[in-house]
Amino acid sequence: MQPTDTRDPQYYHKVVDCQWACPAHTNVPEYIRLIAEGRYTESYMLNRESNVFPGILGRTCDRPCEPACRRVRVEDDPVAICRLKRVAADLRDDVQHLLPTAPPVKNGKKVALVGSGPASLTVANDLVPLGYECTIFEALPKAGGLMRTNIPAFRLPVRVLEEEIDYVLDMGVDIRYDHRIDSMKELLDSEEFDAVFVGTGAPKGKELNIPGRAEAADNIHIGIEWLEAIHFGHIDSVGERVLVIGVGNTAMDCCRSAKRLGGKDIKVMARKTRPYFKASPWELEDAEDEQVEILVNHSPQAFVVEDGRLLGMIFDLVEWHENEKGRLVSTKLDETFIHCDDVVLAIGQDNAFPWIERDIGIEFGEWDMPVVDRATFMTTREGVFVGGDAAWGPENIIWAVEHGHQAAISIHNHCNDIPVTDRLPYGMTLVSTKMGIHEWRYSNDYNPANRTPMRYEELERRLADIQVEAELGYDIPQTAREVERCLNCDIQTDFTAKLCIECDACIDICPVHCLTITENGTEEELRDRLMAPADNLEQAIFVSEDLPQTRRVMVKDEDVCVHCGLCAERCPTAAWDMMQFDLINPHAGQHTWSPAATSA
Amino acid sequence: MSYITKPVARHKGDRTNGLGLTTRDYEGSMSTLCAGCGHDSVTAALIQAFWELDVEPHRVAKLSGIGCSSKTPTYFIKEAHGFNSVHGRMPSIAAGANAANRDLLYVGISGDGDSLSIGLGQFCHAIRRNVNMLYVLENNGVYGLTKGQFSASADIGSKSKKGEVNRQGPIDPVSVALTLGATFVARSFSGDKQQLVPILEAGLEHDGFAFVDVISPCVTFNDHVGSTKSYAYTRTHMHEVVQTDFVPIRSEIRTEYAEGTVREVKMHDGSSVRLRKVDDDYDPTDRHAAIEYLGSVADQGEIATGLLYLAEAGEDLHRFSATVDQPLVSLGYEELCPGSEVLREVQKEWW
Repeated sequence: MQPTDTRDPQYYHKVVDCQWACPAHTNVPEYIRLIAEGRYTESYMLNRESNVFPGILGRTCDRPCEPACRRVRVEDDPVAICRLKRVAADLRDDVQHLLPTAPPVKNGKKVALVGSGPASLTVANDLVPLGYECTIFEALPKAGGLMRTNIPAFRLPVRVLEEEIDYVLDMGVDIRYDHRIDSMKELLDSEEFDAVFVGTGAPKGKELNIPGRAEAADNIHIGIEWLEAIHFGHIDSVGERVLVIGVGNTAMDCCRSAKRLGGKDIKVMARKTRPYFKASPWELEDAEDEQVEILVNHSPQAFVVEDGRLLGMIFDLVEWHENEKGRLVSTKLDETFIHCDDVVLAIGQDNAFPWIERDIGIEFGEWDMPVVDRATFMTTREGVFVGGDAAWGPENIIWAVEHGHQAAISIHNHCNDIPVTDRLPYGMTLVSTKMGIHEWRYSNDYNPANRTPMRYEELERRLADIQVEAELGYDIPQTAREVERCLNCDIQTDFTAKLCIECDACIDICPVHCLTITENGTEEELRDRLMAPADNLEQAIFVSEDLPQTRRVMVKDEDVCVHCGLCAERCPTAAWDMMQFDLINPHAGQHTWSPAATSA
Repeated sequence: MSYITKPVARHKGDRTNGLGLTTRDYEGSMSTLCAGCGHDSVTAALIQAFWELDVEPHRVAKLSGIGCSSKTPTYFIKEAHGFNSVHGRMPSIAAGANAANRDLLYVGISGDGDSLSIGLGQFCHAIRRNVNMLYVLENNGVYGLTKGQFSASADIGSKSKKGEVNRQGPIDPVSVALTLGATFVARSFSGDKQQLVPILEAGLEHDGFAFVDVISPCVTFNDHVGSTKSYAYTRTHMHEVVQTDFVPIRSEIRTEYAEGTVREVKMHDGSSVRLRKVDDDYDPTDRHAAIEYLGSVADQGEIATGLLYLAEAGEDLHRFSATVDQPLVSLGYEELCPGSEVLREVQKEWW
């Protein structure tokens, strides 16, 4: 194999599994270290740089970082990354003076943002400090999009939501409430704006058109509309027996909301079995803790209505098996009737763009969705951009934020006559953490503690009031324990071949057997020749340049390294060093690197 | 010295041996030796050897004297028995322990100071008594603990860290062992585990005194240009005379050699050692030829390595003393000390 190019920022970036998995590439290990040092404000601000809404995401993120966490390769559970984010948000001091501000003199460019969800707010967050005048058009009387209307207050208190939205709006965003855009053509024809960003989400809940739907309409609710109505206080009660159809995260929010609005017997009806559930495991657990029943293998067939009143639903009892093509197909075993007073449909969301004319240069493709470039977020009409759920269907907040960042870069380029495809690559800084002979600037002592469980509000109290937050967050001792579980994957084992004397000390000490000195060979051979075979092909193996004494190579399996730094501690020549890697993730307005940074 | 303990985290794919243990189960506490010390690699090689041989940790007794080398028994097999003796006196302790309990596997770890200066007499007599043990001499040519004076194994012309040249001739432990009649004599290098591990395995299985001289560079005081025991010097001057494969019982032989080049020696437990001559005119079973040949290799300024001499172990300490097969420790007091009547009967022999 050729020697690994560790000067390519993406090589070390991939080693930081959480940061790599995070769509916005949040610098997780560094923010956890800042929490460990009690520097909550700095931790919050570091989070904010990449994910804009640390307080909101610390409660609601879908956490793509956690399944990726290196800890699961040596233990069962990942570091509670998301919950630590909330700690930073909860315990921070006032950050007002640290937030970006709009310059007094504007740059003369105007940007229209349709919808005020996380994608649009991120665009504004990135562009206003550069002198742009951003106008948000919001159909509802309040900002936040689905973060506000679809996430119930017991998961995301309104105070937390509004505080972080206001950080963006208060920079001087012109937001027009109750202002639905009904025609893209009109908006463009007004020529008032240099660019238009569409961040309207996926606002249409899917329908279930089975017999009885129309007759029982009064007691059948579309999940996301129902949650929105609860948020704005239009709905404050529900029948005693509620069936929630669907088993995604919206279904979890619906069933838990129903529990708080007076529902007694709440059932979540799933067509398939648990491995196929779309809801995040922790949301399922939370719902079950609140005594919501989840029934599997129930396929809805009809609403039963008598004298104009909903009596219940008929379900097929099914079982699933794979057919020859590997597709899951169901077989009906039986039929059952379940009584209920209300039904909430939470079976997915669709995008809807009735307000975008099809003859104004914005091409629509499959599923009647606008054609959007994956890297630039631009439609086929120059100056019109789409991001968030509006781009490719429902995702989660952290994706919308990253879309916003990328779209902001494109909008900035577009407004400055720079091709939107001209984008700064990732950069990095790499700094040694050596403090003494065997001392490092990070806590390298492995802590075998298990994941810290969350504290919850007492069941009775939390079910009594929908505004009461269910999770209490970590307290200080819990935080102190959980931060030590982080393996500091950004502290890279950086190797300098010409210094190596091949004494084997690093290989002998490595607790997870990820190092070997061997003859060079093909990747397949090297993976097999390691002390413990490197079977995880998704993780790279590092190959050094030829070693001075024997012309063999140092090989490292990045898969299981726990970044304990013992290879560097036992290295007599400092051929191994523990270097802190900091990804430089370009945002709008950044055109060059600082001299300290290494770019790709 | 590292201030942290080795992480308990393990590779989920770590292989297990016949006892269901991984190599990590054969570790000891964290080494306090200098970073890069050859001794730590010898420790790692011993861990590998014990693990591959499926040795039960409680069946091992680790013995040592004084010196950097003698600290190393602490760094492998926590659950084993151990005795850290007076300087140079490890062979006596080993002989005594072996006399009392012949069922354990004895591993003595010594250094060039411990074995070739203060303990040279002890070393010689352990060979002469043929104590059934593996005797590892971690040889770095320097007194590391006292900051870098030449030891008795330093070569003529070798330079100290400060540039002083050694003028006294070295004691070569391999020649000493061969001359005194040791039946298992090997030399290896801490930086070459491929060679070292099978030699240690064969040594552990050898039914008698097995001696392994391991060049184990002192990274702090003897790894500079001008040293003849540095990593770089050893690598460029190593001359492998015999390649060794250790074949445990029941495992199939996979490596194929051309006919006539390999000599297979059966060990007492049914395992075998396969010796592949690298030099055509070398016979690792002919003591006198070996002594002569090793001398000529040394004269060319090279370090002969490999399992240099192997023979049937012959009579050991217990045969000389005519002890019973059962370990003495497991005998009852009455059997060990049958009383003055019996003693009188025994003494009648000489009346």
